[in-house]
Amino acid sequence: MSTQSNRAAARLMVAPSVILLFIWMIVPLAMTLYFSFRLYRLLSPERSGWVGLANYTWFLKSPEFWQAIGNTLALVGGVLVITVVLGILIALLIDQPVKGQGVLRILVIAPFFVMPPVAASIWKNLFMHPQNGLFAAVSRAFGADPILYLENHPMLSVIGIVSWEWLPFATLILLTAMQSLSSEQLEAAEMDGAKPISRFRYIVLPHLTRSITVVILIETIFLLGIFGEIFTTTQGGPGSASTTLPYMIFKQAIAAKDIGRAAAGGIIAVILANIVAIFLMRGIGRNLDA
Amino acid sequence: MGKITLTQVRKSFGETHVIPGIDLNIEHGEFVVFVGPSGCGKSTLLRLIAGLEDISGGKIEIDGTDATDLPPGKRGLAMVFQSYALYPHMSVKKNIAFPLKMAGMDEAAIEAKVQSAAKILNLANYLERKPGQLSGGQRQRVAIGRAIVREPAAFLFDEPLSNLDAALRVTMRQEISELHQKLATTMIYVTHDQVEAMTMADKIVVLNAGRIEQVGAPLELYNHPQNLFVAGFIGSPKMNLITGAEAQKHGCTTLGVRPEYIEVSADGPWQGTIGLAEHLGSDTFLKVDVPGIGMLTVRGSGEMHLHHGNQIRLGPQAGKIYRFGPDGKAL
Repeated sequence: MSTQSNRAAARLMVAPSVILLFIWMIVPLAMTLYFSFRLYRLLSPERSGWVGLANYTWFLKSPEFWQAIGNTLALVGGVLVITVVLGILIALLIDQPVKGQGVLRILVIAPFFVMPPVAASIWKNLFMHPQNGLFAAVSRAFGADPILYLENHPMLSVIGIVSWEWLPFATLILLTAMQSLSSEQLEAAEMDGAKPISRFRYIVLPHLTRSITVVILIETIFLLGIFGEIFTTTQGGPGSASTTLPYMIFKQAIAAKDIGRAAAGGIIAVILANIVAIFLMRGIGRNLDA
Repeated sequence: MGKITLTQVRKSFGETHVIPGIDLNIEHGEFVVFVGPSGCGKSTLLRLIAGLEDISGGKIEIDGTDATDLPPGKRGLAMVFQSYALYPHMSVKKNIAFPLKMAGMDEAAIEAKVQSAAKILNLANYLERKPGQLSGGQRQRVAIGRAIVREPAAFLFDEPLSNLDAALRVTMRQEISELHQKLATTMIYVTHDQVEAMTMADKIVVLNAGRIEQVGAPLELYNHPQNLFVAGFIGSPKMNLITGAEAQKHGCTTLGVRPEYIEVSADGPWQGTIGLAEHLGSDTFLKVDVPGIGMLTVRGSGEMHLHHGNQIRLGPQAGKIYRFGPDGKAL
């Protein structure tokens, strides 16, 4: 089915969608690049013109920028570690035969269906609220002062909320991977005298590597752009303690109304995402090869 | 050593009694084959001996010690699975070394054992490969290698050849038999293929619906089946089982005649029409429709020039008939 002529026909027929997708991608990227070298402030539209690298140097010199990079990486890394480790443990648990397994699995997966701002609001107002929150009530029950989560530990709080949202995704993928492990392999290991921990370490975990890689890659893509949770809870504060790169770009574009600087930030974010992607593919991408 | 004794071993899954109660003695060094149709409980019985299933009642003794509640790893048995169950992410060497590593043996001793196992099984050139890069027969050998390095009291084989093609199956069958000669360790082998059972076993255990129908040497089962089930199961092509008036004449409910003991001759007592003639060169298999008796399978010599539609006379050889009573037991 792959003669010269039908390969050419295939290319011709795929071409329109490829071209459309390419335009879809290249036009915004080109416009962002263009604006990133321009002076373009919505509050003073009469002033415009080329500014060279000034927008970029403003970013690189801003102390908030480096904090934002650190926060972004902490958010991505923290959520990845929490979701993968807890995801494996929860998947191991709900893989056990128990009564009401179906209902249990739906309950575990439920948080994934809650949209981010709603999830963040629930956490902010029902759990972390210093007067009405559940955590405050627990603290008081132990006779301690309520912890001001969003004020004193903003980044940890955001990581916690985002982990809660992404844990079901990791659990689901890892659970299906666990179920695809042939029971004969586990039985063979049992016959070979492997204890439960060794069976996990030598049989289950290697079997999961590919799924863990998929979880890490997919989550990284979405976590680099986390915005709604921060906007709903801490607004990037206090100060800029929980400002990530996307949130900093948002502040430049919407609060400071400086489109040029926001565009430069966007380009930096694209570069950062690509660096992360290169590291990920170098580090764990080979796990995806069969 | 490798003496295994089962006493009233029972297994139920909920209300289903897969194995209602089995007594069996397996002597040291014996090659025992569990054979029976699918669903007869032969694999379950093997898994009970291995410890992969919990026993519902009864007792399993291995070398005189009660192993009923021992975990699989502590029974000193090694198992070769139908799917081989190799660890796909480990090299052949690591696969074979795995049980030794779990036993906490030191590196040098492991290396020596793996090398000697690889030599026995002709795997020395493949030690660094992953199971995915091996052929079916090689994977089978790795699975056996993983079993022999542990020097178990007994080997358990769960239909190990069913995933191989016909030619390879014959070769592996011989290899396993040779291995048994070399190691002189007890082997328990589960199969539904009676040719494997006949060729490999010292002792065949014929199972049906969780019960032992008969235990004995291959030829003993062939020559003296104790009941209809064993008569019909052992032997290929199947024994002809004749009921009705012809059986009454011989004073039994069912008359059994093996295809190889029916003679085609001009003075035979039965007359029939050939429905199908299969000429294999070495043998000829005839399906003969005998009015009043039914379809009979006849095995004749390769030089038989008979074809569909021919009328022939035929009859059983004297002294080569089996008679079964109304309860299916041999008379």
